[in-house]
Amino acid sequence: MSPLLFEARNLAKRYGNTSVVDDLSFGIAPGECLGVIGPNGAGKTTTIRMCLGLTTPDHGSITALGLSMPRDELAIKAQLGVVSQFDTLDPDFSCAENLLVYGRYFGMKDAVIRERIPRLLEFAALSHKADARPGELSGGMRRRLSLARALVNDPRLLLLDEPTTGLDPQARHLMWERLQWLLQQGKSILLTTHFMDEAERLCSRLLVLDHGRKIAEGGPRLLISEHLEADVVEAYGNGALQLAESPLKALAARVEVSGETVFFYTQDAKPLLDALAAHPQLRTLHRPANLEDLFLKLTGRQIRQEG
Amino acid sequence: MNERSMWRPPELSLRWWPVFLRNLLVWRKLAIPSLVGNIAEPLMWLVAFGYGMGALVGQVHSGGSEVPYILFLASGSICMSAMNAASFEALYSAFSRMHVQKTWDGIMNAPVSLDSVVLAEMLWAGFKAVFTVTAILGVMLALDISHSLKLLAAWPVLLGVGVTFSCIALIFNALAKNYDFFTYYFTLFLTPMMFLSGIFFPRDQLPAPVRLVSELLPLTHAVELVRPMFMDQWPAHPLRSGLVLAAYAIGGFWIALALTRRRFRA
Repeated sequence: MSPLLFEARNLAKRYGNTSVVDDLSFGIAPGECLGVIGPNGAGKTTTIRMCLGLTTPDHGSITALGLSMPRDELAIKAQLGVVSQFDTLDPDFSCAENLLVYGRYFGMKDAVIRERIPRLLEFAALSHKADARPGELSGGMRRRLSLARALVNDPRLLLLDEPTTGLDPQARHLMWERLQWLLQQGKSILLTTHFMDEAERLCSRLLVLDHGRKIAEGGPRLLISEHLEADVVEAYGNGALQLAESPLKALAARVEVSGETVFFYTQDAKPLLDALAAHPQLRTLHRPANLEDLFLKLTGRQIRQEG
Repeated sequence: MNERSMWRPPELSLRWWPVFLRNLLVWRKLAIPSLVGNIAEPLMWLVAFGYGMGALVGQVHSGGSEVPYILFLASGSICMSAMNAASFEALYSAFSRMHVQKTWDGIMNAPVSLDSVVLAEMLWAGFKAVFTVTAILGVMLALDISHSLKLLAAWPVLLGVGVTFSCIALIFNALAKNYDFFTYYFTLFLTPMMFLSGIFFPRDQLPAPVRLVSELLPLTHAVELVRPMFMDQWPAHPLRSGLVLAAYAIGGFWIALALTRRRFRA
């Protein structure tokens, strides 16, 4: 048996003339959190749907937990936990009933589910809301209930499609804390996200998708150091754009202009910052290069049609 | 990997049961108000037309004998109630779960296939029809419209009628983009059928070509099966009518399943 918990090989999917996913391969090792990042329309959701057997790939194969899609679709799903991009909670049921009813879809006995419900609600920080309906919950509570629901069958692998989109920072941090706890418990996670800090914080490995193709893969810090200089200095304000063409340019390894802001990428920011001190009318920001810089470098700064 | 045909036979398992149970649990919370809504209208028709029109019409010739108009109407309109209850559930309610609330998507992230979900919805709409029909039958018994023991046999037949119409309605559920679409189904299909199936007046009043059309309608055969039992008789052609309903049910379910698979095969 393969040491990978989940493996997708050469996945491809076209809709008409548009290639949505193109020759995509990846694996998830036990206990690993794999992040899939990419602009809107990069093929993230289609990839998740193929992993779930909801969309049939034109080419390629998917194996999970020693079983293969689509033949063993239901047997695979019995060991997965899924949080989709949009909540599918039952609005007519309380939180506890949502968990009970969902557990039954896995063929679990009521007694077994009822025994798990208090722990799941506690995990979701919803013990005090057991009898509340989803409509009475905040966005963050609903997402945590969705996560708790995905855990009702004690899955080995979780597939999470943008689990924190639309949440405020408090709710997002609580969600991250819960996901980190799950990883510590030995669960494996496949996560799609638009938030680079989320990807950096949670994922041991990242897959960068664009136009359905894998354009980079690796650990977050490693990817940054491979593709980017260590430091970024942003400058904006009156006269900033002229700097991009001035001799100052030579102090940076790479210069990028976006809107009214100039981005200087450099291994050593000191000379650059000293030179910029001669332009007090400019506002500057010095920071380490991060995943967002990498993402923008790889996928471009243009707004996508879908975005 | 090859796309599997949307017309392949249903792949069914017992996982339809928790989906059915889910609908039952929601319904239990709303059963009493929904029951009032479901039976108030048919009973108003029955009382207004049965007693009001019945006084004008007097006796109607049916099944070789003269019967009071209210009995004639009650024995037909119970089929209409089964049809309406099943159709509403398999259209508006199923569409809410499938499209608006995305309940089906949530269910299919668990080990439950689309086929099982569609089967559960079909049986659920059939159950709703039986529940409504049982309540109406209770009122009819209380009004002493009929007290034939054969009504016990009419009851499972009405379950079959509900199942048949829920199968047909699920075809339109699979095709719908929004709720407005269902208005066409009701006004262009169910309402004309109501008038052509011998519920309000005997079908021999219809001109010959129209009567021919009415022979093909599922509601006609539902009435042919159920009406005699109200008059303490057995249907004249139980096999023929039963087969017509079964053909509509099986054909309807197969088409509904294929179209629903196509809808979800994005």
